[in-house]
Formats: sequence, structure tokens, C-alpha cells
Amino acid sequence: MTASLEFSTYLFHYAPIVVFIAIAAAFGVGTLVLSYVVHPRIFSSEKLSAYECGSEPISDARMPFPVRYYIIAMLFVIFDVELVFLYPWAVAFDKIGLFGLIEMIIFIALFVAGYAYAWRKGALEWD
Amino acid sequence: MEAIGQLVVILGTIGVVMVTVLLHVAYLTYLERKVLGWMQDRMGPMEVGYHGLLQPLADGLKLFMKEDIIPSGANKIIFSLAPILSLIPALIGFAVVPWGDGQLTIPLPWIGDVTFRPFVTDLNIGILYVLALSSVGAYGVLLGGWASNSKYSLLGGLRSAAQVISYELALGMSLVGVLLMAGSLSLVKIAQAQAGGFWHWYAFALPFPQIVALVLYGIAAVAETNRLPFDLPEAESELVAGFFTEYSGMRFAFFFLAEYANMILVSCIATIVFLGGWHAPFPFLDFVPGIIWFLLKVYVFLFGFFWIRATLPRLRYDQLMTFGWKVMIPLVLANIVITSIAQYFWMN
Repeated sequence: MTASLEFSTYLFHYAPIVVFIAIAAAFGVGTLVLSYVVHPRIFSSEKLSAYECGSEPISDARMPFPVRYYIIAMLFVIFDVELVFLYPWAVAFDKIGLFGLIEMIIFIALFVAGYAYAWRKGALEWD
Repeated sequence: MEAIGQLVVILGTIGVVMVTVLLHVAYLTYLERKVLGWMQDRMGPMEVGYHGLLQPLADGLKLFMKEDIIPSGANKIIFSLAPILSLIPALIGFAVVPWGDGQLTIPLPWIGDVTFRPFVTDLNIGILYVLALSSVGAYGVLLGGWASNSKYSLLGGLRSAAQVISYELALGMSLVGVLLMAGSLSLVKIAQAQAGGFWHWYAFALPFPQIVALVLYGIAAVAETNRLPFDLPEAESELVAGFFTEYSGMRFAFFFLAEYANMILVSCIATIVFLGGWHAPFPFLDFVPGIIWFLLKVYVFLFGFFWIRATLPRLRYDQLMTFGWKVMIPLVLANIVITSIAQYFWMN
């Protein structure tokens, strides 16, 4: 009984979002289809080539790119997970009292330690 | 019967939200051109309709009729899907945004009374939902940039993704101070907790006014939506148009639409979280409907976007990343620690 009640509350809260996703997708696809029907189609190989200041594109665009982007992405994953831990703590803050406060200050200190390490190692530099 | 009534409510509110957001996006482009024009002592759009009022419609129609080019080297499926992948998160983010209080009951034939409320759904994880969607939006940009198989697009997409994830941290952390004080992630509850005058708004409320967090949120929001001075992903002078260089017609319009819808969304979140949502600044002004206050505050933020764009030059990319990681994050962390300590002593 309680399980089905829980399920129906979930449904009540999340069903609108599913409907919204469907409507937004239908809007996007529908507009594209309508536009596909009316827009002109005049092909030429110059028009279909990638833009590169008007000259012939030199080599493929999928070239190696700086590893910086990868490091930033890894740092983001680490710090974002830590950020997600802050949310439930903040919401439950009035119930967990001094224990929660001290524990989270320790947690933030660990966060800062990792952050300072990344800074020292130069992961945050962009040359 | 019950289910049909609920479906009517869901479809009705979603329809209202979609139409409102799309209309506001259309006229936001007009407003932006007008405001920029006035700031540069020009007139802005004047030709189409009275003072150019029909300009957004003309622009939309033009993009609708334009040829939709898929470059020969592009990955066709991803290239086609990326604009929609960018558009959907920008639109459905509005599902949790409440724009007023109270409810409206309308008796319908055959179905019975249906009760409309001023939001699509009240998720108890509202803020997390919005943040999650803003991360998903980065996929559309990154995939669109990669799939174009153009150097400008790839660089723009990479820059945009790196920028969005860097500022996402600051954006998420700047909200933690308010969560500490509100004790909820639901945008409806956060807004309701700020009733009764501007001194109850979290930007100014005791124990620790979140005005610093509001400023940091504003900076992060500008970076998050790729607006000037943080519009490096689409820096015209170096990257032509960044990740949507190869896009044309309706797909280009979708990226544009997503950017403006995201601007409105971050402004709505700022209004609800920091500036009391639909509440009047003074209790004696309560007779003015909440939706007017809400729109007024949202448009203050949107005007801020335009103002910043007209005033500040573009940053360099290394300055942008350094600022995000070395200035914003320490400040938001300090805000969290100070707010939690202040809140602890306030409660006892």
C-alpha cells in the first residue's frame, strides 16, 4: 500500500516533466520537419564544405586538442561530486546541529586540500 | 476522470509555460537589440512594424525559410540532433519555476473542476534538477561543435564545455548559502519562505545576507549562458561563430533559442532564490499581483545581461578559466563556511 502510494506521488511529481520533454521534443522535431518542407535546396560542393575563411579546408577538423580540457573535465567531476554532498547537508542543516557543522567544515577542509593540491600542481593554469 | 483532469492541468500549464517562454525569447532578442542600440546612441530595429515591433517575427520567419545545410564532412545524425539536445533542457528547466502563489479552479464540462497552479511541477529537488539540466545543455553544444567537422566549431564547442563546467561549480556552490537558510531544494518552498518585505529576501536576510552569493551567482550565470564578456565559445573575431559556425536555418535558430531561454531561466532562478520570487518588496505593495513583481525582477536581471554586454569587452580565455577556478571557487566556499557558522549561531 505505502509502496504504491509512494509510486503515485512520484508519478504526480515527475509525469509532468516526461510530458514536458515530449512536448519540447515534438516542438523541436515538428519545427524542423515543417522547415524541411518549405526551405529551398540548392546544393553545391563549395557550400557543403566546412567554413574556413573561404579557402579549401586544410585537413580534417578532428585533430588532437590540448590535454588541459581533459584535466578541467576531471577536476569538474571530482569537485561536482563534492558539491552534490553539500546539498543534502545544507538542506538538513537545522536538524543535524553542531555535529553536522563541524563535520562539514572538515569535509570542506578536505575539499580545499584537494583544491590547493590541484592549484600547486598547476592544473588550474591555462597557458 | 481524475487522471483526465490531471492531464488537462499538466498540458494546460505546460502550454502556458512554453508559449510564454517562446514569446519572451522572441521579444528578448528585440529588447536586446533595442537596449544595445540606445546605449550606443542608435535606434535599434525600426523598420518592421511600429518601432520594429514585428522584427522577431520577421527574423523567425526568415530562419524558418532558410536552407538547412549539413556540411559534407559532418556526422549527420549528431549534427542534426545537437540543436534539439540543446533546446530541450533549456525549455524543460522551466518546469520547476513558480511564478506566483495561489491557485485557479476552473469548472470544465464533463471533466469537472480542475485546479491550475502557477508551476508545472513542484519537485522537492528543484534546484538540483535545474543544475542537472544546465549540465545536459552543454552536451548539445559540445556534440554540435564536434559533429560539424569544422575547426572553428570544434574549438568553440570545447571552449564552451570547459567554460560551462568550470562555472557550474561556482554556480552550484553560490546557492548552498540559501539552501542552508531555507532548508529546502524546492523552488516553491524557497520562494514562499521569503514573504513579507525585501528584508526577508535571502539576498538581504539575516543571519548572513547572501548578497555576495548573488553577485557570484550573477557572474557564473553570465559565464554559464556564454554571454559577453564570457562569450569566448562564440567569439566572432577569432572563432567566427564558435560551435554553431556550420549551422544554418532552423537548427541555428534552436541554438539561439536555447541561449536566450537559458538566460531567462538563470534570471528566474536568481529571482526566486535571492530576491523573493513573486513577493513584493514592501508588505503594503501586496495588492500588485505577484506575477508582475516576478517579471519585473527577472527583467532587471535580463537588463543586467544587456548592460554588461554593452559595457565590458571580452576576456581572454586564460583569464576566464583562471578567474573561474581561482577567484570564484574560493569566494563561494568562504560564503558557505561563513553562512553555515552564522546560521548555526542564529538557530541557537
